Amino acid sequence: MTPMVDTFAVILIFLMLTATMSQPEPATVDTPFSISEKPTPDFNTMTFLLSPDGKVFMNFDNGPDTLLKYRPKILIEMGKRYGIEFTEAEQREFEKYPSAMGVPIMQIKEFLANRDGNARKEMQVGLPMDSADNQLAMWILCARQVNPNIQAVIKGDSKTKFPVLKKVLDILQEKNVKRFSLITSLEAAKINLEEIQQ
Amino acid sequence: MAEIIQAEKGKGGKKRAKKILPHMDMTPMVDLMMLLITFFMLTTSMSKPKVMDITLPDKLTDPNQEAPKISASRTLNIILGPENKLYWYPGAVKPEDFNNLPPLMETDYSADGIRKLLLERNKTLARKIDDFNKEVISGKIEISQDSLQGAIRHLKNVDDTGPIVLIKAYKEANYGNFVDILDEMNICGIARFTPVDIAWYEEKMVETAKSAAPVSTSSN
Repeated sequence: MTPMVDTFAVILIFLMLTATMSQPEPATVDTPFSISEKPTPDFNTMTFLLSPDGKVFMNFDNGPDTLLKYRPKILIEMGKRYGIEFTEAEQREFEKYPSAMGVPIMQIKEFLANRDGNARKEMQVGLPMDSADNQLAMWILCARQVNPNIQAVIKGDSKTKFPVLKKVLDILQEKNVKRFSLITSLEAAKINLEEIQQ
Repeated sequence: MAEIIQAEKGKGGKKRAKKILPHMDMTPMVDLMMLLITFFMLTTSMSKPKVMDITLPDKLTDPNQEAPKISASRTLNIILGPENKLYWYPGAVKPEDFNNLPPLMETDYSADGIRKLLLERNKTLARKIDDFNKEVISGKIEISQDSLQGAIRHLKNVDDTGPIVLIKAYKEANYGNFVDILDEMNICGIARFTPVDIAWYEEKMVETAKSAAPVSTSSN
């Protein structure tokens, strides 16, 4: 019995230390496959989540905030532009929120005050990005202002329609973000050069 | 298991505390541990997702500025069509002759489809990269892992034989198609490719190709 318990304890400790919790996202996304082997950066990222039904969500520094605490700063910056003051508690709540956000800025106070997971999910309607009220562009602007080293990462479902991606790319391009990464799952591919020679 | 044995003085020092091995029932603990292990194993995402880098060209903000000219003979246009179809045509089409548009060739995302086409056109460069990789693996060239990517990038930069691929997406294409085609560019070692906006005459060409093909039961 004792050796078994010992092994269990070791496995348990190992798993606890290496665990990076898979965070629940506001939309389920099946990433497409590619041969790229570059791992996703941990810090200095803004992730755009494109759901299959065409909504766009945004996340900064996936998961927990880093020591520099960019998230509340981005929120304050965003608030300034829309004339909204955020309290300490709301900033903390925004900092803690682990997954991507797609709440229009006017509802964000309500969203942060609400503790109910289901009600929150219902408020996630995607970021508005039409030309009259382009909040996605504002978020990008604020994020880049707070953290100039931020990298754009796009996570989309393989069923997401291309015009959604196109719109996000256009906004990024307008804001002078030209380099970005697409999140994919790894898959092997082989090429047969001999066949071509013939 | 710490036991304090207080030797009582005076009352005959021969009396010793009886050592009984303490027995603990470990079953509940093991149960709990199993539960925790299962929980952690299920919630941990071990493999980190990968990323693919792409760079977009500058947007033309100045109306007097012209798009960079590229030679038509090396140009290959790939159009991502609806229902996971893929169309392509070589060279360039002028918007003036919209009455006389060239037909689109249809292909697919398989190894025999687009990959073969791209390799055929990119064979000089693809072979160069392949030879280089082989020499690195067999140890003829010693190079650090970091500069390997740089060396391949250099091979791509000096190449002037491969095609210039313009990737255009029809409005009914999806994100998976886009990633697939970019992936195909990396697999085939295409040096020059860029996603560009689809032109109105190209949309027309796709629609012609769509109606020419036997109409399938689609929801569109």
